[in-house]
Amino acid sequence: MTNISLEAPEVVRGQPYPGAPDNWKRFFTFSTDHKVIGIQYIVTSFFFFLIGGTLSMIMRGELITPDADLVDRTVYNALFTMHGSIMLFMWTFPVLVGLGNYLVPLMIGARDMAFPRLNAVSFWMVPVVGVLMLASFLVPGGPSQSGWWAYPPVSIQNPTGNLLNGQVLWILAVAISGVSSIMGAVNFVTTIFRMRTPGMTWFRTPAFVWSVLGAQLIQLYGLPALTGGAVMLLLDITIGTSFFAPERGGNPILYQHFFWFYSHPAVYVMILPVFGMFSEILPVHARKPLFGYRVIAASSILITVVSGLVWVHHMFASATPSWMRILFMVTSMLVAIPSGIKVFGWVATIWGGKIRFTTPMLFALGGISNWLFAGITGIFLASVPIDIHVNNTYFVVGHFHYVLYGAIVMGIYAGIYHWFPKMTGRMYYEGLGKLHFALTYLGTALTFLPMHPAGLMGMPRRVASYDLEFAYWNVLASLGGFLLGLSTLPFILNMVSSWIRGEKVGNNPWRAYGLEWLTSSPPTVENFEELPLVVSGPYGYGRNQPLVGNTPNPGLTEFPESLTAMQSDEL
Amino acid sequence: MSKLRAILIMTVYAILVTLASIWMAKQSYSWFPPEASAESKLLDDLFSLFTGLGTFIYLGVIGPFLYSLVFHRARKYDMSDGPPIEGNTWLEIVWTAVPLVLVLTLSFVSYRTYEKMAVRGPMELVHLHLPQIIQPAYAAPFDSTPQQEIENAVETAPIEEIDVTAKQWAWVFHYPKQDITSTELHLPVNRRVRFTLRSEDVLHGFYIPAFRLKQDVVPNHEIDFELTPVKTGTYRLRDSMFSGTYFAANQADVVVQPFNEYQQWLADAAAASPTPAFNQAAFEYSQANDQEGATKDNVVVRGWDTIPPASPPVVNYAPKHEPDSPPT
Repeated sequence: MTNISLEAPEVVRGQPYPGAPDNWKRFFTFSTDHKVIGIQYIVTSFFFFLIGGTLSMIMRGELITPDADLVDRTVYNALFTMHGSIMLFMWTFPVLVGLGNYLVPLMIGARDMAFPRLNAVSFWMVPVVGVLMLASFLVPGGPSQSGWWAYPPVSIQNPTGNLLNGQVLWILAVAISGVSSIMGAVNFVTTIFRMRTPGMTWFRTPAFVWSVLGAQLIQLYGLPALTGGAVMLLLDITIGTSFFAPERGGNPILYQHFFWFYSHPAVYVMILPVFGMFSEILPVHARKPLFGYRVIAASSILITVVSGLVWVHHMFASATPSWMRILFMVTSMLVAIPSGIKVFGWVATIWGGKIRFTTPMLFALGGISNWLFAGITGIFLASVPIDIHVNNTYFVVGHFHYVLYGAIVMGIYAGIYHWFPKMTGRMYYEGLGKLHFALTYLGTALTFLPMHPAGLMGMPRRVASYDLEFAYWNVLASLGGFLLGLSTLPFILNMVSSWIRGEKVGNNPWRAYGLEWLTSSPPTVENFEELPLVVSGPYGYGRNQPLVGNTPNPGLTEFPESLTAMQSDEL
Repeated sequence: MSKLRAILIMTVYAILVTLASIWMAKQSYSWFPPEASAESKLLDDLFSLFTGLGTFIYLGVIGPFLYSLVFHRARKYDMSDGPPIEGNTWLEIVWTAVPLVLVLTLSFVSYRTYEKMAVRGPMELVHLHLPQIIQPAYAAPFDSTPQQEIENAVETAPIEEIDVTAKQWAWVFHYPKQDITSTELHLPVNRRVRFTLRSEDVLHGFYIPAFRLKQDVVPNHEIDFELTPVKTGTYRLRDSMFSGTYFAANQADVVVQPFNEYQQWLADAAAASPTPAFNQAAFEYSQANDQEGATKDNVVVRGWDTIPPASPPVVNYAPKHEPDSPPT
């Protein structure tokens, strides 16, 4: 850390490069400002969230009746494939990279990411992936219809015989997305290791930064496996190699290993930053330090390690020998321990605090309660005998949607609301926010709870039609799905109108600790005129302890006294 | 005084949570299809244990969580912070150690259940059994009847062998001793059955929810798979591994019947000459590709090209029509 200059740059640069626009147009440029890129990620991915959500509502429309009567079976198969692919590769990953991009440099007191141009390149690959995904609806034969797993042999069957088909476009999109994510991971890991401001030791680094580090390390070790698997699949389907094609002597199970070696840890790539946001949001709105901060921070890295050893639990039914089943059962169950540490720590954080039900707090609390439920059903799934019954049924669908929607999407909403005043300088409308929370929470329960009993009764996932015995649960889930669609409307209205004409609330409306709250809202181009000198841990609530020993942005005064105590006492 | 009250409240809550967990554990049996195999009883017991413990953990955490949300709210004009408590080493050790013990116990109990079910994986033939870790005498937390049923079935009668072929999109069952084929799976009650699972094209999943067992069928592999039906009736076999366009329609009925009726059925089937069976996928495909276009408008949104289904299997026995739904 010694090689970082403590001196403020002599000239306050207005823009990352000469002549760059200083208004909304900058979001449509190749900007290298991490804050612009962060918002580019968030807005782009939200657009695809709406597309993925629309696909899911068509699916729920099909499933509201037992027969395959709304869309053709091929269309249904394309819908669930593209729903899963878009929601993961175009929404959950990029939106969290966006939040990380925006927040990590601010939180560690850096002026930007380590490699700003690489950052911009990573982002601009995302729209390319999105265009490829959507373009696959237009090619002969339609988009990929083999599920987001793209398991061979189904994925290498090519009914049209065309070289240009949905599956090929899908593989290209996933490979490009993988390259983009690997570049992003290199950037994040370097930034977090090398660019923490003076005084920010590891155990003064906010829990969110720890969790982003944990997540991005997974990208580094996991994504090469998936990308390699995808390339082999591409060769199988295009030039007829025989990696996975059984009729040519290939082994389709091998693909499953490549796929899940990354794609199970990928779940932690998505949940870890959300855990980090919970850990940031709870102390602010409960006015208490994060309970067991060091253990919570370290447990993120523990999850990174353990999650690399659990992938076969997706393959308990896939011709997997017994010893492997039992081994991976135990490792999968071990994930419950770092996850449990976090949940208990959060409960202890709010215990005895001074809780305010702001919208970000409600979303964080709702997300934690959903995560608790999803974590428990996750332990069920880790057990080999139980998994042999519920594997590939709606029980699994219910479980992972509780993780992805109940915990992750709610955590993303919590983060967006919490840092909205920082990103825009304006406050969102609390009433609309609470309405959004109520609809989302109810919609999540109504959509995804009924999937659990349907799965226990034996309804397989990915079916376009089903037996009459499952109709009751499916009608409930469909109604819930439409409610979730509706729930995005108050959010969109809130974001758009409060960005344009919301109340201006200054630089630190939450009276929060954290370096990101020590700069203006929205922050200036390089965040800090002078690098902050961190003198204490990140959650000083109730201690009246200064966070920094200098004034990173002279002239800004709207901070709680405790944060700038040094100013009056010592400077 | 307030400490006493806190202890009292916690004790009462713990009792309530325990009662609720026991109730949920009992309820969990009603969430499943009928217990039609010996293995299904073992699974339902295991699931019940998980449900009870899961409920206990859920309520144990959500109770203090909600209590805090109700009673630890900031007053309207109170801008002060809460107490600066940063952690508690003992508490943190406890909530690391207790889950660790818990999940190791659950792993162990799951492993015991798995052993008792004696689910045969595809590589079981090379005998890669885990070493027996503990004496079975005190490692049997559940009712041992199902295991007894499995052992009785194995000891009293020869194992019934049935070949299962999965393809896009049909199930064909071949009884090698009598050399007959069927699109409906008939099984004798209380006998151990060994399936040899084969796939002609892609991955399929052999899944009978009433038996609680599932095994993916992998092309180029022959997978042995055993189970013991213990309850007569008609159940449903579903393809559980996504296998392409008509995946959802790839189902078959499973009829578990007394041994004498099963024998009779085998004899009748042997006497019948092979005929093409009804096949849902082939039926729908032919309708969708009907030149007249008469039935093309069955769905609102039309589809794309698909891999054509295999022609309907020619078998000795086929149910008269498309498979019925299982009894509710």
